[in-house]
Amino acid sequence: MARAATTADAFNAVAEPRRRQILDALAGGERPVNDLVRVLGLAQPQVSKHLRVLREVGAVDVRDEGRQRLYRLNGHALKPIHDWVKTYERSWSERFDRLDVVLEDLKQLEQKEEGDGGSDE
Amino acid sequence: MEAVTSRGAATVTLPTDEQILITREFDAPKHLVYRAWTTPELVKRWWHANRGEMTICEIDLRVGGRWRYVMIADGEFEVGFHGEYREIVPNERLVSTEVYEGIPDAESHAALDTLTLTEMAGRTTLAILVEHPTKEGRDAHINSGMEAGMQDAMDLLEQVAVSLR
Repeated sequence: MARAATTADAFNAVAEPRRRQILDALAGGERPVNDLVRVLGLAQPQVSKHLRVLREVGAVDVRDEGRQRLYRLNGHALKPIHDWVKTYERSWSERFDRLDVVLEDLKQLEQKEEGDGGSDE
Repeated sequence: MEAVTSRGAATVTLPTDEQILITREFDAPKHLVYRAWTTPELVKRWWHANRGEMTICEIDLRVGGRWRYVMIADGEFEVGFHGEYREIVPNERLVSTEVYEGIPDAESHAALDTLTLTEMAGRTTLAILVEHPTKEGRDAHINSGMEAGMQDAMDLLEQVAVSLR
């Protein structure tokens, strides 16, 4: 049976909840594989499979120290995701800035009404 | 009287694979935010986010009632959204479906939007939770913002000042 292709892009890499768990675990600093196996409660081959996908997109880096393989987070590779959300966020920010203007008008209108047709200042 | 506006960034997070959560605080009581959100002539003033002109804004504010927003983005192409109101608690909560008309088989990709308004000391925290049936739908939704023609952020301070005169 052919193995499902893992597209080499950060979005796919983090689409898997287990892989996000790995990234969360590595956010605190470099960790050996055994550590990740323990944190995730998965068998080592499965953890290795997820780590391989993350390595392919550069989301994690690995180095050998003695007999241990140490993994660490590489935030730079996840920047496209950050940017993608930021663009959406910016469009809402601009929408809300305009809403501020409308709200300011409504507030003034209400104050005028409460002030029983008071002055325009 | 000096007008003070609270310009602030919207916060967007992705709580689960299918969700988008948008939050922002406003320097106004919640009944005014609700009014600005549900009155067509007011929605027309802010919803376009400087990306074009809103040509259609229909709001039939009752459970089962429909809404439809259309705008001409960057003077070129039409972007349309519509949906149906599912739950209405005036000034507090508004649940509706949302369909982006620019994709094939749009209806089956409808999202469920929940707007909540929480007031504290005259300020209102607005939260919109957008729930898509699939992760792919969620991702496409975020991309739709970019298709609508992203412009550089504009400083609206001047405009604010002008409109208050």
